[in-house]
Amino acid sequence: MRIHCPYCGARDLLEFTWGGEAGISRPLNPQTCSDEEWGAYLFIRKNPRGTLRERWCHTYGCGQWFEVQRDTMTHALESALDAKPVRANGKSQT
Amino acid sequence: MNLSIFQLARQALSGHRRWPPFWRCEAPRKQYDVLIIGGGGHGLATAYYLKRNHRVRNVAVLERGWIGGGNTGRNTTIVRSNYLRTPSIRFYDFALRLYEELSRELGYNILFSQRGVVTLAFSRQELRAMNRRVNAMRHAGVESEMLTMAQVRRLLPLLRERSAAGRQIFGGFIQRRGGVIHHDAVAWGYARAAHALGVDIVQGCEVTDFRTSNGAVTGVETLYGVISTRRVGLAVAGNSSVLAAKLGFGLPITNLVLQAMVSEPVKPVLNVVLDGPFYVSQSDRGELVMGGGAEIYTSYAQRSGLQRVEDNMAALVDLFPAFSRLRFMRQWAGTVDLTPDASPIIDSSPVSGACLSCGWGTYGFKAIPAGGVAFAHLLATGESHALARPFSLDRFQTGALIPEGASSGMDDRELLL
Repeated sequence: MRIHCPYCGARDLLEFTWGGEAGISRPLNPQTCSDEEWGAYLFIRKNPRGTLRERWCHTYGCGQWFEVQRDTMTHALESALDAKPVRANGKSQT
Repeated sequence: MNLSIFQLARQALSGHRRWPPFWRCEAPRKQYDVLIIGGGGHGLATAYYLKRNHRVRNVAVLERGWIGGGNTGRNTTIVRSNYLRTPSIRFYDFALRLYEELSRELGYNILFSQRGVVTLAFSRQELRAMNRRVNAMRHAGVESEMLTMAQVRRLLPLLRERSAAGRQIFGGFIQRRGGVIHHDAVAWGYARAAHALGVDIVQGCEVTDFRTSNGAVTGVETLYGVISTRRVGLAVAGNSSVLAAKLGFGLPITNLVLQAMVSEPVKPVLNVVLDGPFYVSQSDRGELVMGGGAEIYTSYAQRSGLQRVEDNMAALVDLFPAFSRLRFMRQWAGTVDLTPDASPIIDSSPVSGACLSCGWGTYGFKAIPAGGVAFAHLLATGESHALARPFSLDRFQTGALIPEGASSGMDDRELLL
């Protein structure tokens, strides 16, 4: 499998680290949120059969985190242009 | 029909043409007391114990493909109970004890070979962690022992202790009651026994959606139309998240791809099961069956890439240079449903009447009999089996996790996704 890094282009899977589902946001106030909300934030995942928005890190390349969409049945990736860079706080730049 | 020596002789005389089918694949009825989705080891065992232990009248197993065609038929057949946490040791050892009696119980030989499962330590720290695991097991009443290097040498004569790269073996531990079982025989044995007790096994029957009313299950939609039931058991491994989404809730599960492969057959060279992040054993036919490490990304495709093949080959040749010229015959993969703590979930769900047996990750096969007993108990009585109570769904809210990453052979980057 080859992953499209938005900075370096298509590279071999060996250079990357998978970062799990994208778009998971930390509850704004962990002190007051319920166990259910906190547990869902930590552990509950969509785990879809089909299109998934996920995070990757080009660990052995430029070291940047970014998002791609991939089909979990066919492993087909969207083009490099659609891979969105991610800020250090985990939120996508839109 | 029994499988006695007389029966075998009789069938042999008639050229093996008169064997009746072990289970029939029939169209489902319109209504069932308990419906099990998923005809793998866990689903079939659950159906069997629903009949045997709880005498539930109408039970059916719905399988999308063919029985035992998922992870039950794709694992490396290793069975052991050498876990770290007490609830896990008790649960997996209950499974192991049931496996020890299963051939007799089902009247069907599952070819259990208790040749011993050896895990090696590649550092002093790992050796200390193993000592802790051995002590935890003995404390829970399960036999297990540390191995000195002299014992390791005796058990694994072909093993290379030190590699040029500096990799060294410091010792290990063994669970002598562990071993390998013919995986298809477990699925077929349970299917045959369940069918004999009146369970309907429907293959090629995908559940496409659920019918609910006031937050309770009333039926499922299938290719054969709507089947009504008030109790549904989900034993669908890698499709748990998909079915849970149809019921309207999420699960703490991420699917990964785990692969295995076999070599060409050779004479007996490996008399124990070598376990750990990389695992290998020799089948009765002489093939080396091996696997280790899931792919690093989530997937529903039951196939994997070449990176892990290379990793596994490197590990095999590093440990056993003598195997370097073996040719490999087949490689395959399964979709494993992994929880963040590498322990299963056997519990009721937020939807009344729907129960879950999922999150079996990379350790489902060894747990089949216990999983079946516990899930049948839950489906029949509505309450968790005593041994399965710690494996609840709400542990992901309360924080009472049962971390078994190391005992499951997973490494850190594969867990807590």
